[in-house]
Amino acid sequence: MSTLTKQTLSHLDWLEAEAIHILREVAGQCANPALLFSGGKDSICLLRLAEKAFRPGRFPFPLLHIDTGHNYPEVTEFRDKRAAELGERLIVRSVEDSMARGTVVLKHAGESRNKHQSVTLLEAIEEFGFDACIGGARRDEEKARAKERIMSFRDEFGQWDPKNQRPELWNLYNARSHKGENIRAFPISNWTELDVWQYIAREQLELPSIYFAHVRPVVRRNGLLQPVTPITPAQPDDRVEDVQVRFRTVGDITCTAPVESDADTVDKILLETATTTITERGATRMDDQTSEASMEQRKKEGYF
Amino acid sequence: MSAPEHLPDIDNGLLRFLTCGSVDDGKSTLIGRLLFDSKTILADTLNAIERTSARRGMSAVDLSLLTDGLQAEREQGITIDVAYRYFSTGTRKYIIADAPGHEQYTRNMVTAASTANLAIILVDARKGVLTQTRRHSYLASLVGIPHLLVAVNKMDLVDYDQAVFERIRADYLAFADKLGIRDVRFIPISALNGDMIVDRGSRLGWYAGPTLLEILEAAPAAHTERAEDFRFPVQYVCRPQDAANPELHDYRGFMGRVESGEIAVGDAVSVLPSGATSRVKAIELGGARLERAIHEQSVTLLLEDEIDISRGDLIVKAAEAPEPVKQIDATLCWLSEAPLSPARTYLVRHTTREVKAKVAQIAHRVDVNTLAHEPAAQLAMNDIARVTLKLAQPIVADAYADNRATGAFIVIDESTNNTVGAGMIA
Ligand SMILES: Nc1nc2c(ncn2[C@@H]2O[C@H](COP(=O)(O)OP(=O)(O)O)[C@@H](O)[C@H]2O)c(=O)[nH]1
Repeated sequence: MSTLTKQTLSHLDWLEAEAIHILREVAGQCANPALLFSGGKDSICLLRLAEKAFRPGRFPFPLLHIDTGHNYPEVTEFRDKRAAELGERLIVRSVEDSMARGTVVLKHAGESRNKHQSVTLLEAIEEFGFDACIGGARRDEEKARAKERIMSFRDEFGQWDPKNQRPELWNLYNARSHKGENIRAFPISNWTELDVWQYIAREQLELPSIYFAHVRPVVRRNGLLQPVTPITPAQPDDRVEDVQVRFRTVGDITCTAPVESDADTVDKILLETATTTITERGATRMDDQTSEASMEQRKKEGYF
Repeated sequence: MSAPEHLPDIDNGLLRFLTCGSVDDGKSTLIGRLLFDSKTILADTLNAIERTSARRGMSAVDLSLLTDGLQAEREQGITIDVAYRYFSTGTRKYIIADAPGHEQYTRNMVTAASTANLAIILVDARKGVLTQTRRHSYLASLVGIPHLLVAVNKMDLVDYDQAVFERIRADYLAFADKLGIRDVRFIPISALNGDMIVDRGSRLGWYAGPTLLEILEAAPAAHTERAEDFRFPVQYVCRPQDAANPELHDYRGFMGRVESGEIAVGDAVSVLPSGATSRVKAIELGGARLERAIHEQSVTLLLEDEIDISRGDLIVKAAEAPEPVKQIDATLCWLSEAPLSPARTYLVRHTTREVKAKVAQIAHRVDVNTLAHEPAAQLAMNDIARVTLKLAQPIVADAYADNRATGAFIVIDESTNNTVGAGMIA
């Protein structure tokens, strides 16, 4: 028998070890996975975890980004730079191409393209024959996600059936799928927003600049700050203000709102996050406010 | 970069626990209370709950609404699947597995219990120990949860009467003994009023023990309570063969997670099932070299000798090697709507290894309410049975009671790829 050890991992080391284990299970069980990398903070953590899981080898998967064409330029630049630094292959597929093909049809020109990413993602999955997509979703983000599996099965139409999920026991993950079906793997399921920031601080991870406080023109709508950009111009009777803001999530411009903040370092963001009173999606995602169940709806349709 | 001074410094690791109880025992309210009192119920979530509470004609905020996840559940007003919740106290991070307590959901409870180190079993003070209480306790002990906490809830509805609490404790202990439950504690609470959850409240002065949160804060983390053998299932083999870097030419890293025990550079190891032996040359995590690795750590092992190792192999310390077996006796919980058929071949996933398997014998089925053994020709969803499985290739296993990681397996139906069973090796 080995000697009794009382030593345990810190919570961050534990979360890291779990995520590495999940990444390696995907690599061990799936023939052709991809890692969804948007340039956002959660997927930036995923890349560090993938380095810890697979270096000195190459990642056993390419990086994949579904670009709505409405991303902040700071984020897409960061995305390209990070992929190049890692020397890993980055595949970008764009919603605009799906629109050109006629597979995405907007209800009106101004409609958010966010939910249409599902279509482009499914097209990319089919094009490359991916059998698994690794994503940075967390269970604490939203109620429907609280019941999401770590290895989540999607049928041929990319659909999630919340009432018919595979039981997931111990750390014996079942990532098997038949041709055409797909697994979504979420290595940081058990992380909270605070864990993510603590990890970014500890690992000294670089982030796109818009995560840090900066002054930008915004209008106030329904209690949210809406950035004024070429894609989201001010309306005639809007009052445009210059406000010091930072982004807590960096998705599509049309549906990602910044919060007022003067936190311009990771340490300050950490403190703000620890004491914050508003959940991440509520503060920053206009599309999730429409209905309490909207995330669940989008996930059923094949969203990440 | 270090965290600023006044940021809570979490250093007591992570505790995974499970809550179980019958419908309306107050499970959702308790979880809501824990999240609320630990100040992690965030403002906008609260607003949404206040709106919904008002719509349903309730005056006080209904904390249980915090945990109703899916649309289908909201429509039916019940919880149907395991949900995971998170909170942190500043010293410890918690993952709660919230398992619904209905008759038909043994499978949910087993799922939630499989990763938990402690279970809170809720009892309604007015109803006392019920059939469900026994079933939940049996399942918790079956899945090997080392610590049980019986929370007698709704004490406010029995006027905070100590006699009620003592009677329930005595009833519970009478059957817990038969189950061989080692560590069980009792606490009186009112989830609704928040008595004895985080704050002590004013009406339970006769109870001198710790609050529920204090018990959670002090509960031992997994793997710390007894010595365990080193078990390292190989998940992935790293062979970079990078032409640009000749140093890596002979690099062979065996990647996996230390499921139990610990390993240090220089330790003698065996690789199973082949039985080949070597010594640990290096332990790596990311770019860093470690002197040793402990349970639950994901690392890469490099060995001194070149031996053929692939995914599915198990690295152990040379002196602690279990025997490969081609037949196992196990307790099997059936999770699928399609019944287990002894005529069919299934796939068993044990650690990182998959083998084909057939049921050689169903010794008996357990009635989870009475614990009586009964004969069975097949197994339906939620059935628990003692079975014998024949395997196409050997696996290297421990008894589940000795090691949860190497004693557990899942059963997969290859036609659907569904996970249809969960097994614990006897
Ligand atoms: N009086 C009283 N009512 C409670 C207490 N805990 C829960 N309840 C109520 O019991 C009902 C069921 O609680 P809920 O948390 O939904 O139970 P669950 O089905 O176990 O999740 C709700 O109306 C709660 O408000 C308690 O400690 N005292």
